[in-house]
Amino acid sequence: MLSKAADLSPPASLPGAAVTARPAPAVRLDGVVKRFGTVTALEETWLRVEQGEFLTLLGPSGCGKTTLLNLMAGFLEADAGEIFIGDDLVTATPPYEREIGIVFQNYALFPHMSVAKNVGYGLRMRGVPKREIAERVAEALALVKLSGFADRSPRQLSGGQQQRVALARALVIRPKVLLLDEPFSALDKNLRGAMQVELKEIQRRLGVTTVFVTHDQGEALSMSDRIVVMSAGRVRQVGTPDQVYRHPQDRFVAGFIGDVNLLPGRLETRAGERATVAVGGLRREVEAGSLGACAAGATVDVFVRPDHLGVRPAGEAGTLPARVAALVYQGSHIDLHADLHPDLAGGGRVVVRMPGHGALATYAPGTPVGLLVPQAGLVAFPPEP
Amino acid sequence: MRRGLRTRLLGISGKVLVGLILAFIVLPAFVVTLAAFNDRAILSFPPAKYSTRWFTRALTYRDFQTGLWNSLVVTAWASTIALGVGTGFAIALKRYSFRLKATLEGVLLSPLIVPHFTIGLGLLVLATGIGAARGFSVVVLTHVIVVLPFVIRSVYISLQNIDERLELAAASLGARPGRVLSTITLPLLAPGLVSGWLFAAILSFNEFTASLFVTGQATQTLPVAMYGYVREFADPTLAAVSVIYIAVTALALTVANTFLGLGKVLNVEQGR
Repeated sequence: MLSKAADLSPPASLPGAAVTARPAPAVRLDGVVKRFGTVTALEETWLRVEQGEFLTLLGPSGCGKTTLLNLMAGFLEADAGEIFIGDDLVTATPPYEREIGIVFQNYALFPHMSVAKNVGYGLRMRGVPKREIAERVAEALALVKLSGFADRSPRQLSGGQQQRVALARALVIRPKVLLLDEPFSALDKNLRGAMQVELKEIQRRLGVTTVFVTHDQGEALSMSDRIVVMSAGRVRQVGTPDQVYRHPQDRFVAGFIGDVNLLPGRLETRAGERATVAVGGLRREVEAGSLGACAAGATVDVFVRPDHLGVRPAGEAGTLPARVAALVYQGSHIDLHADLHPDLAGGGRVVVRMPGHGALATYAPGTPVGLLVPQAGLVAFPPEP
Repeated sequence: MRRGLRTRLLGISGKVLVGLILAFIVLPAFVVTLAAFNDRAILSFPPAKYSTRWFTRALTYRDFQTGLWNSLVVTAWASTIALGVGTGFAIALKRYSFRLKATLEGVLLSPLIVPHFTIGLGLLVLATGIGAARGFSVVVLTHVIVVLPFVIRSVYISLQNIDERLELAAASLGARPGRVLSTITLPLLAPGLVSGWLFAAILSFNEFTASLFVTGQATQTLPVAMYGYVREFADPTLAAVSVIYIAVTALALTVANTFLGLGKVLNVEQGR
């Protein structure tokens, strides 16, 4: 394992090596496994977090994302595999020697210390001279816009302010990696959005490598450079927000990221990377990569986003027959729920997201309509076993 | 209307019931206090004539003076030792899982089940066997055993109220386990330690049954001295001692409340 690491990161003495070779990632997991008794919390995982990257671990609770974070932090020990931070092998290194900053969901501020003492804690543990501590604490508090709050007790702060203190405390030690464990879930909705923008801004300014754990796909899409989608202890897909949103690799990813409709389809032809599927009387081209072992003639599930569907008068050419079931007012848009015609593999309910409020006046429940299916942007998967 | 009347009747009888219960709780203290001021040389109620002469006797009676001193010494040692030992055990029980953990837990909490006279008798036999019968160390040891479960429980509950993530955050910030303990765990545990010590002190100061077995003439604690007194005399001196007891305990709790907050000390509030 050790020799493998040496192969990948060139010795610093080689001139020009750093230019030609890929720089060492900020964090690297090589085949890491974690079990709790007989339960495998994290199956063999290989992952690189690049320098300065904002990487999100996204998945439902119990998917292994927090286990992965705790392994990086050193709060848990891996049962197999190796973990590197920069060039250092840290698999067996205790948390207090890893130089990571962490912000917990409940912020975990020390209740018996002032804001300044909280922020300066990591520096005191490192034996930094008093004067420098004062300077760096003031700097960190200015960074999170809490300059006047140094002498307050954490108890006197609002949730958003407590989170800023936790962030300052983690950043002041200039960590190699910043770990964020669902930091926004305790905030109310308005504050959450503002804090997300602010955190992202700070992260970009400092260029600190960040690993962010969340179950909220909206948060993941808006903040990340890359997203790691996980479920049941496994990494399902790693990619940019656009890749996981528009090109999900499996049904789980497609269903977990964003809202999605399922249309019944049949695989007609398959050639190389492209394939043609039939949905009712429509023919659409999709990527073949997600189809697994499906052969021509097989039933497939076609996924389409609610905002990609359209509604036309019933019977219009190139549409699927359906009937309006309900109209749900959502403020900025209307969700039109429609039942597919039963001839279409037994029908099914789909949601069409329509901008504006025109649909409320145009369609009433019970109206027959034609569903407009986009030419591109469909993804097909083998049916569920 | 009927309904309103019934509700009112229920409300009144509820208040009467609460009043009766409260009266019942303070009744013994009330009777004893009045009896202590009785001028006559018998324990009777209510007194016909009032006097404070039994207080003078209580404070000047030799056995009570040495008994009080012995009690203070034993209480101070026993609750301090129990606090140290109990804190160690509580941390071990909370943080580590090991073989025979359940057994250890059972043994540590067993003084709640084993009667005090059994503990006293057992230690008397043991101490006699090694030739240290009725010495101070045996009395202190007895009290440590009797109060240990309460200390462990008090500290354990305080430990449970400490968010483990505080310690993880400290570790991530570079604090080694020893420094996490000294800068995070112990400061947050302080109210629990104070309440544990206070519980232990009150229990130890009042302990009688086990003390009766292991104390001698020179080492007898105040409750044992009082028992000796009541077997010989029937005057209100004991009532006077009781009043002093109540006053001193109330004073100690008031001081604790002023400086630490009673809710915190008794673990009523969650120290967050």
